[in-house]
Amino acid sequence: MIDTYVPNGSSFAGDIDHVILVITAITGFWFFLAEAVLFYLIIKYGEQEGVRAKYVAGEDPKEKRWVAWPHYITLLFDIYIIFAAISVWQDVKQTMPQADETVRVIAQQWAWTFVHPGADGKLDTPDDIRVVDELHVVKGKTYHFELQSRDVLHSFSIPIFRLKQDIIPGRTVRGWFKPTLTGGYDIQCTEICGIGHGIMPARIIVETPEDHAAWVLALTPTQAAITPSEQPTQLGGMP
Amino acid sequence: MSSTATDTAHGDGHGHDAHAPSGWDDPHGHGGHGAHDAHGHAEPHWLIKYFWSTDHKIIGMQYLFTGMFMALIGGFAVYVFRMQLAFPGMSVPFYGRVTATDYNALVTTHGSVMIFWVAMPVLIAALGNYLIPLMIGCDDMVFPRLNRLSYQLFLISAIVLIYSFFVDGGAFGGAWTAYPPLSAKAEYNLTPTGAPLWLFAVALEFAAFLLGGINFVTTVMNSRAKGMKMFDVPIVVWMIIIASILFMASVGPLIAGAVMLMFDQTIGTGFFDPNKGGDPVLWQHLFWFFGHPEVYVVLLPAMGIVAEVITTFSRKKLFAYKSVLYTAVGTGGLSFFVWAHHQFIAGIDPRMANIFSVTTLLISIPVAEMVFVYIATLFGGSIRLTTPMLWALAFIAEFLLGGVTGIFLGASGADIYFHDTYFVIAHFHYTFFPIAFIASFAALTYWFPKMFGRYMNDTWGKVHFWISIISFNCIFIPLFLLGARGDHRRIYDYTHFPDLMKSGMQDLRILATLSLVVLLVTQVIFLVNFFYSMVKGKKAEQNPWKANTLEWQCPSPPPHGNFPDGLPTVHRGPYEFSHPDRQEDYWPQNAS
Repeated sequence: MIDTYVPNGSSFAGDIDHVILVITAITGFWFFLAEAVLFYLIIKYGEQEGVRAKYVAGEDPKEKRWVAWPHYITLLFDIYIIFAAISVWQDVKQTMPQADETVRVIAQQWAWTFVHPGADGKLDTPDDIRVVDELHVVKGKTYHFELQSRDVLHSFSIPIFRLKQDIIPGRTVRGWFKPTLTGGYDIQCTEICGIGHGIMPARIIVETPEDHAAWVLALTPTQAAITPSEQPTQLGGMP
Repeated sequence: MSSTATDTAHGDGHGHDAHAPSGWDDPHGHGGHGAHDAHGHAEPHWLIKYFWSTDHKIIGMQYLFTGMFMALIGGFAVYVFRMQLAFPGMSVPFYGRVTATDYNALVTTHGSVMIFWVAMPVLIAALGNYLIPLMIGCDDMVFPRLNRLSYQLFLISAIVLIYSFFVDGGAFGGAWTAYPPLSAKAEYNLTPTGAPLWLFAVALEFAAFLLGGINFVTTVMNSRAKGMKMFDVPIVVWMIIIASILFMASVGPLIAGAVMLMFDQTIGTGFFDPNKGGDPVLWQHLFWFFGHPEVYVVLLPAMGIVAEVITTFSRKKLFAYKSVLYTAVGTGGLSFFVWAHHQFIAGIDPRMANIFSVTTLLISIPVAEMVFVYIATLFGGSIRLTTPMLWALAFIAEFLLGGVTGIFLGASGADIYFHDTYFVIAHFHYTFFPIAFIASFAALTYWFPKMFGRYMNDTWGKVHFWISIISFNCIFIPLFLLGARGDHRRIYDYTHFPDLMKSGMQDLRILATLSLVVLLVTQVIFLVNFFYSMVKGKKAEQNPWKANTLEWQCPSPPPHGNFPDGLPTVHRGPYEFSHPDRQEDYWPQNAS
C-alpha cells in the first residue's frame, strides 16, 4: 500500500507496510460499517408525522448487547493489532542483528555529517570518510548507526527504509538498517530544530558493492594525504 | 482538593451547604455577591456589568468571545503558512513573504492558540461557566470572584501571547510542544524574548483554568438543585467535571516543567541541558503526561455537547446513561497511562513502547463505546435535522475517522513510519476539528436561543455547515495521503526534498490549501449570522427545542440569578423524551 508511492527499501520496510495494511483493513472495515449504520439510522428514523420515538433506556442487557458485542470484537481486533505491531517493533527497535559496518550520523543546526568507516570498515580510524548531507551505503549489508547531536533534538528519518529515530544531544542513540534497493533517496530531519529545520535535507545513496568500493577509493586518497603513514594498511584492508 | 475548596469558600465569605448555592440569602440572586454588593438592585454601569462581572453567564460570554477572537488569530496563522506550503516563496496576500522564522512562529502559534486559547476556553470555560449553574439549577458558581479572576488571568495570558509577536526576535517558533534544548536556549531558537513570553502565557492560562476547574467541581458537588441526584446530572455537565478533574490532576507536572524550562531560558539552569547534567527527554515526559489527558480534557465536553443535542433532536432517551458516564471516567483514568505514545521514537527505552502501545490501543475501547452509544441512541428516534443536530451528527461521523487513524499511530510498529508526518497532523485534526469546531458549532447553534433569546438563521446555518464540512474533509484527506507518502511536519518548503516533489504531491498540498481558504472564508457566514441574529434574530421562547434540562426552564436569556421564580426542584433524569406515560414527547426535569 505505502510502497505504491514510497519504495520499499530496507529489510524491515515490508514488515512495517504489512502492519499498516493489517490496521487499514481492520479499521477500514469498522469505519465504513459504523458510518453505514450511522447514516442508515439517520435516514430510517427521520421525523415522520404521527410517529413517536421509542422509549429505550439502554440499561437492559438485551438492549446493551447491541453496543457490547461490537465492543468485544473491537477488543479482539485491538489485541491482534497489538501483537502485529509489537512483533515488528521488536525486530526494528529492540534487537540489533550483527552489523557488517557501522556509520555515525552527526546532526546539528542545520546539516548532517555522515561518518563512514572507510576502507578498513572501522570508525574512528584515520581513513574515516566524513561527508556532509550524503550517506553512502551498500545494498544488502547490515548497518548499525550511531546518532549524535551537537545542539538540539533532531530526528533521523529515511522514508524508504520506514526508519525514524530521534537524536538527543548528550547521548549516542543506536539502531540498525539493511538496505535492499539501490539508488538515491531523501533523508529527513523530522524533529523541529529551529529556523533551518525545513532546509536540512540529505540524501542516502545505496550502491552496489562495486560502486561503493569505487566511491570509497575515490575519497580515500584525500584522507590519506592527511595521514600518509596509515595508507598501506588501509589499502591492504580493501576487499 | 476538598480542603482547598472549603478554605476558599470561607475566605470568599460564601457559606453554603448542599442545598444552598452562593447568594442563597436572596433567592432572586440580585446583589447576592461580588461586585454587585455595592450596587444593590440598581443596574450597574455597562463597563462593570460586562468587564467586572461575577455573573457566570457574563464570564462564560467573556471566555466565548475571547476564544472566538483567538480563533481568528489561529485561523489567520494557518492561512499564511498553508499558502506558503502550496505556493512556496509567494508573497501571501495580507501578509507578504513568509520567511522560515515566520513559518515556525506561525505554526507554533496556530497549535498553541487553537488548543489553549480556543478549544479550552470555548469548550470548558465558556460552556462550563454558562451551562453548569443553569443545568444544575442554581443561581451562580460557588466562587464567583474566583471565576472573575480566572477570566482575567486568561485575558492577560492571551494578551501576553499576542504581545510576544511584537518583541525583538519575534514570537516563539519551537512548536507548541516546546521541546528543549531548542526551546531552552535563545542561541538555538533565536527568540530570546518570544520563548519565555510564550511559556509565561501558557503558565498563566493554566492557572486560569485551575481556578475554573476548582469552581466547576465544587459547584456541581454542592449546588445542585433540590432533588437532583448524581445520575440526574446532564452528561455535558458530567463531562466538564471529569475533564476539569483530569486537567487539574495532569497539569501539575507540566507547570513544574514549565518553571524549570523558564529557569533554563532565563537564568541558565540546566534541567533539560545535557551539558549540565540535565535531560531533554524529561520535558517530553512532563509535557505529554499533561498533553495526553489534555486531549480528553477537550474531547469529553465535546462528547457531552453531542449527547445533549442528539437526544433532544432525536427525541430519545440517551442510550445507557450510566455506561456513558463510566466509560468517560474510564477514558479519563486510562488517559494518564498513554502519554509515551508520543515518544515511541524519541529515544526512550524501546521496551516502554510495548506497554504504551497496549494502553493506547485499549483506550480505543471506551472511546468506541461512547460513539456506539450515540449511534444506538438514534435507533427508533424521531430525528430532526436542525443545524445543531447536523453538527452533532457530523461530529460522530468525522470523529470516527480521527479515532480509527489513531490506531495506526498507537501501534508502535506502524508509528515508526507515520511518526512526525502529515498523517499525524491529519489524524489529530480529525479529532481536534470535530472537538474544537464541530462540537462548538453544535453547542453555539443549540444554546444560542438561550444565550441571547433569539434564533440564528437556520438556512444560513445549514449553508455554513455544508461548506465547512466539505472543505474540512478536502483539507485533511489530502494530508493523510501526503503523510503516507512521507511528508514530514513543520517544513516550510518541500522543494528541497526531491522525493517529496514527485507527481501529484504538490497538487495535494494546493488542494488542501485552497480548501482551507474556503473553510476560513465560510466562517464569515457564521460570524455574520451569529452577530446579526444576536440583535435582529427571531425572538425565541423559553424552551424552543422542547428539551428537558433545567437551562430551558428559565427565561431566554436568563436574568441575573437565573431562575426568577425560585430555584427548581428536580424529579427525574435529563433525557426523559417520548416517555410512554406522557402526552408530550418531553418531560422537563423539574416538571411535577
